[in-house]
Amino acid sequence: MAPSSNLDIDPTSEEVLLTFYRRLYPFKQLFKWLNRGPERTEKESRLFPYREFAFTLRNDAYLRYNSYPNDIEMKKHVCLLTPSRFEIGPVYSAQPRDKKTVRPTHFKAEKREVVFDIDMTDYDSIRTCCSDADICKRCWGFIAVAVEVLDTAIRDQFGYTQLLWVYSGRRGIHLWISDKEAFELTDDQRKAMVEYLTVIRHGKEPGKRVNVRFGMKDLPPALKDACQTINQTFDELILQDQDCFGTQEGYETLLSLVPDAKMASRLRERWSQKPDSPSYVKWDEMKAEVKDLKDKHARQNMRNAMEDILLQYAYPRLDAEVSKHRNHLLKAPFCIHPKTGRICVPIDPDRIREFDPAKVPTVSQLLAELDAAGPSTSGGEHRDDWQKTSLKPYIDMFEQYANSVQEKQAKMGVSSPNIYIVCLVDY
Amino acid sequence: MFQAAKQSKLQQDGNDDVFFVDNGNTSYRLSLYDQPPLYDVTVEEFETSALDRLRILAEIESSAARNRSWDETKQVTITQCGKYLPLNSNSASGIDVQAERKKDQLGHFVLRLAFCRSEELRRRFMKAETTLFKIRFESDDSNERRAFLNSKDFNWISVSKDEKDEYKGQLQHFISAKVDLDTAFNNEAFYKVKWTTIPNLVEKRKVFLKGGYAYVPAREQASIIYAAFEERLEAALLATSRAIPLVDEDMRLNPILDNLAQGFIAGVPSDWVASAETTGENITADMVDSLAKQHFPLCMRVLHQSLRKDHHLKHFGRLHYGLFLKVLGLSIDEAIAFWRKSFAGGSGSDKFDKEYRYNIRHSFGLEGRRMNYPAKNCLQLHSAHEAGCPYRQLESSPENLQSALLSSYSAQGLTINDLPEIMAQVKKRSYHVACTRVFEITHARSVKKGEGLGDGESVTHPNQYAARSIELEKESKEMEVDFV
Repeated sequence: MAPSSNLDIDPTSEEVLLTFYRRLYPFKQLFKWLNRGPERTEKESRLFPYREFAFTLRNDAYLRYNSYPNDIEMKKHVCLLTPSRFEIGPVYSAQPRDKKTVRPTHFKAEKREVVFDIDMTDYDSIRTCCSDADICKRCWGFIAVAVEVLDTAIRDQFGYTQLLWVYSGRRGIHLWISDKEAFELTDDQRKAMVEYLTVIRHGKEPGKRVNVRFGMKDLPPALKDACQTINQTFDELILQDQDCFGTQEGYETLLSLVPDAKMASRLRERWSQKPDSPSYVKWDEMKAEVKDLKDKHARQNMRNAMEDILLQYAYPRLDAEVSKHRNHLLKAPFCIHPKTGRICVPIDPDRIREFDPAKVPTVSQLLAELDAAGPSTSGGEHRDDWQKTSLKPYIDMFEQYANSVQEKQAKMGVSSPNIYIVCLVDY
Repeated sequence: MFQAAKQSKLQQDGNDDVFFVDNGNTSYRLSLYDQPPLYDVTVEEFETSALDRLRILAEIESSAARNRSWDETKQVTITQCGKYLPLNSNSASGIDVQAERKKDQLGHFVLRLAFCRSEELRRRFMKAETTLFKIRFESDDSNERRAFLNSKDFNWISVSKDEKDEYKGQLQHFISAKVDLDTAFNNEAFYKVKWTTIPNLVEKRKVFLKGGYAYVPAREQASIIYAAFEERLEAALLATSRAIPLVDEDMRLNPILDNLAQGFIAGVPSDWVASAETTGENITADMVDSLAKQHFPLCMRVLHQSLRKDHHLKHFGRLHYGLFLKVLGLSIDEAIAFWRKSFAGGSGSDKFDKEYRYNIRHSFGLEGRRMNYPAKNCLQLHSAHEAGCPYRQLESSPENLQSALLSSYSAQGLTINDLPEIMAQVKKRSYHVACTRVFEITHARSVKKGEGLGDGESVTHPNQYAARSIELEKESKEMEVDFV
């Protein structure tokens, strides 16, 4: 359908970016989401004007502290700058664009969504299919299990419901939590939440990186749940698809996690005969060894170790620094990834396994679809152009999300009109 | 000038956080400081109660800075409290516990006034106060503690038996029992609070989380109370900071409050600040040389010597030494005179004005951000890459350190025999202990071994070292005068 020449266009060229921002980027929905309240006139919008946007220009210059009264102004400026991508920061106590004129004590990051970032590079030590910047459907399995674990934990344990998962355009995934309570967490609380959810400590070296027990104790209930979720996919992902223990290097890593030195040397002896035997065979052999242990204490110890191994191989590896501070910037949804040209689209966590990063629309594909659909019908306005492209389901999903964030606030406003008055006076 | 009549009025106010009960007495040793002192106090009481409390808070801060363990901090604080701010339990006999509690309350509220003024001060005050509260809570009589807890509402919800049984599998994890887990579980009470109130416990996975609520076993109760204490104090400080303009009118209180806040900003024990102000008034550029030979700690001597030798210091050297001299008492004019003279050998007057004048004025808070920077303390000098703590930086070349020590201090009685002891401390990375030992040796006339700067205090700030040294000299001179 699309002319092949169009598939090769440069996703960082000014022309492409301008068309994308003018005709496709969902500024209206972005505004709705970030403003959290009903759409109002310029004077009344409360949160959006206090929100920082940071642009990465095509020459890699980085512009911080931009802010706009509304989506229309923002769109104008973005079309003027045509940044290769932009990031969303916190809501400050003053409008970020006035940063130079307000006193530093009056310019504080106050609120923002809680964000999480999972990046495939943190899995390099265990994934066997790709490395560095590459990603394929196979290593997406790691992301999928990470999303399942994290999504369940946050909804069930923290009680948050407004979760938006966004594909980062290449090899990672972002999570935005917009619940009012999450939006207003302090840095200390954010840190606590991240630490609570962090199991894998950062570090390049292989070896034991899970340390979540106090002595011989059981796993805390939260991680028990996580283990169960992981257990469902461990066999398929780690043992079969990734075949993590299928090489000598792979099984040596596994053995380094076995606390029972005698058992480790027995297994090493056996496996060195057939270093290429499939992972699930090795795993079953290890299970059998554990079963044969006479000493109850030692057996429990090994069971614990195997749980730790499950966690080490498949528990979400979080980039903790991103989540700890309110003033961290994170790439906005629907930006174009400059290297792949793919759009950072939202993902439904319930269908995370079906998601294929290779099938995410690229900007060239979208522009071709626009061309095919013919010129815009509504004259100069490009309001509904995205409806004609494969971006539609994603923007629909995003709009639905923005509405869910909005509704609760609106309801609250009706029940207590005083809040509105206070807001007006404040700003 | 305490008026008993007002106290009974308090009772009639019928506030819900019953602070004064039983004949108008404060019935608990612990307090969340919900109720401000509503009686007349003299200006003197106002100041002394705050100063005494400040000593303790400063000690707590320096404990944190010196990486003391919790037990050590607790021990030191309890000792200091006994000295300056005794607070006995109800069972103590022969002591006016009410007077103690009043002083405790008054000091707390005065310091609130002094420390509500900037976010930095609020944060540090909160941290120190919460630590003090923790120490007192831990050391409180268990019966009185229970009575205190029952008297407050901490917004926690008791977990019903049904709910407890529903989550039995998960909650059992948080029970420690050697033998009979079921009985232990049935005996343990759980409370439910919003997880955001106890981030510390959540962070360490010490509680069970469900739907945004944390299920806290009764033995972790203390954490909730600390959190409540901190939260209430934070809110109260913010409210105070908004109301402070009303107090600003009062000419009698303002200087006191300013002084208190200053004492905390410098990050050092308050009694040292006081002495620095008295000794440090009239230092002129010409005096620096002789002061350096007698009173400076090694870090500043090294900087002074290299300034004299090269007629120049690199940026961080200028920064550290300049701030040190400023706090020592060199005025801005004298400072410019000093630096101009010191650089004269190398750079001309024009060059000086162009390149360094601004920096010096900046460090006095006269340019740019107009912040009056405090001098760097030992902790900061330890981590400095340039012009930092010589004990630390020369650790890997002990010969250089030894010769530096000998050349700097031999005139004041440091001999080659003292070196092994000092070097042993350096090797243990106890740089401040090494520095304190040098102080003891060079001031052997006034302090004994182990006394440090007096009262066992160790060096935490180069200015503290210098000020104490100057002070000791003054004292001994006064004594000589007496003899004559």
